[in-house]
Amino acid sequence: MNLSESNITTLLEQVMDPEIPTISIVDLGIVTGIDIEDDAVKITLTPTFSGCPALKIMEEMVADKLNGENIKNEVITSFKKQWNTNMISEKGLEALKKHGLAPPPRHKGYIELDVLSDTPCPLCNSRNTTMQTPFGPTLCRSMHYCKNCLNGFEGFKPVS
Amino acid sequence: MELTERHVEGLKHLLYKMADDPWIIGHINSEWTGMVPILEEDIAFSSMAQDKIGQSLAIYNILHEMGEQEPDTVAFTRNASSFHCSQLVEQPIGEYDFSLVRHFLYDYADAIRFDMLSNSIFEPLAMVCKKFRGELKYHTMHANIWIKDLAEGNEESKNRIQNALDKAYPMALSLFEPSEFDKELCEAEIFSGEDECRTIWEKEVGSVIVEAGLEIPQISDSKEFYGGRNGKHTEHLQPLLDEMTEVFQIDPTADW
Repeated sequence: MNLSESNITTLLEQVMDPEIPTISIVDLGIVTGIDIEDDAVKITLTPTFSGCPALKIMEEMVADKLNGENIKNEVITSFKKQWNTNMISEKGLEALKKHGLAPPPRHKGYIELDVLSDTPCPLCNSRNTTMQTPFGPTLCRSMHYCKNCLNGFEGFKPVS
Repeated sequence: MELTERHVEGLKHLLYKMADDPWIIGHINSEWTGMVPILEEDIAFSSMAQDKIGQSLAIYNILHEMGEQEPDTVAFTRNASSFHCSQLVEQPIGEYDFSLVRHFLYDYADAIRFDMLSNSIFEPLAMVCKKFRGELKYHTMHANIWIKDLAEGNEESKNRIQNALDKAYPMALSLFEPSEFDKELCEAEIFSGEDECRTIWEKEVGSVIVEAGLEIPQISDSKEFYGGRNGKHTEHLQPLLDEMTEVFQIDPTADW
């Protein structure tokens, strides 16, 4: 295979977040470097949260994917470019919704409490919702309740 | 600029205290998992504890890149006297009011420290601090809600929060114990120092305390809980480390 940034990206688009299988790591925005040198590629990932336990697994998934294509690779994690939720692609936001998670609103570099309380329900799209807690089953999720369809739902919380 | 040996020594001292604090408080607050009075709080406390452990790992990794031992070795094989955590973080979890107030005082200090260090000329630290800042936002937000709600709850909740504040506040000053390296680190634009950190902290936590209708404790001896930064700890730390490392000690070479 002729190595190029675009065909490596195509391969990485098939590597899904282990906790949210509808979104790829590319759409999640955590691939911050694809460096090709001769017949080898170096992939840089950035953590969503510094305490995210899925990080090591994602490194391995990327390596497995590239090994499966017989591409020499090195996968590293670096904080050099810090992840924030604005790095999730439009397609990624849709993918989160498909998984039943309210996508994070775009932000301007800072997060206030009212951004979180104004989260539309991913099930019925109503804005008549309330945030119950900014912490959820994983570090990246918050918990909400929809007063329109009377369902509890989770949101992917905005991070600056 | 070129870092001198003295700068590197001071930087390592700063990194150790910044890694040991979240490592210990992250561990100790995880004792609340499954025990917190309400479910949402259980998840919140556990999530924040998980963030702390992740943050400590990132800083131990920087130390490792500077020639110190592997993060696991550093975290699991030192005795209390080699730890640089403050005496605030090693206190037992106590009643929930104490843990909540400690979380409020501690997380404001961390948020301020991370903010200051985001501009450090020491790039590896500045990078992780920029990341931690976003995470800390949720911690201080959580603390604000509870301090305010409990202070405005009923007489019992207000008294409990005030008493916890009176107990924890002097301990929290140990977070800002000056170090012998502060001046040089400041001149090198690595870290503006503990005094500046404390000044901002007093202003920020003070305004939350006053807004909640509580009183800022008056401190007669702000050095009462000093010592942790140089390995002088309370009787609580060694038993905590013994428990934390119990499984690791059985077989330090085990593969997980």
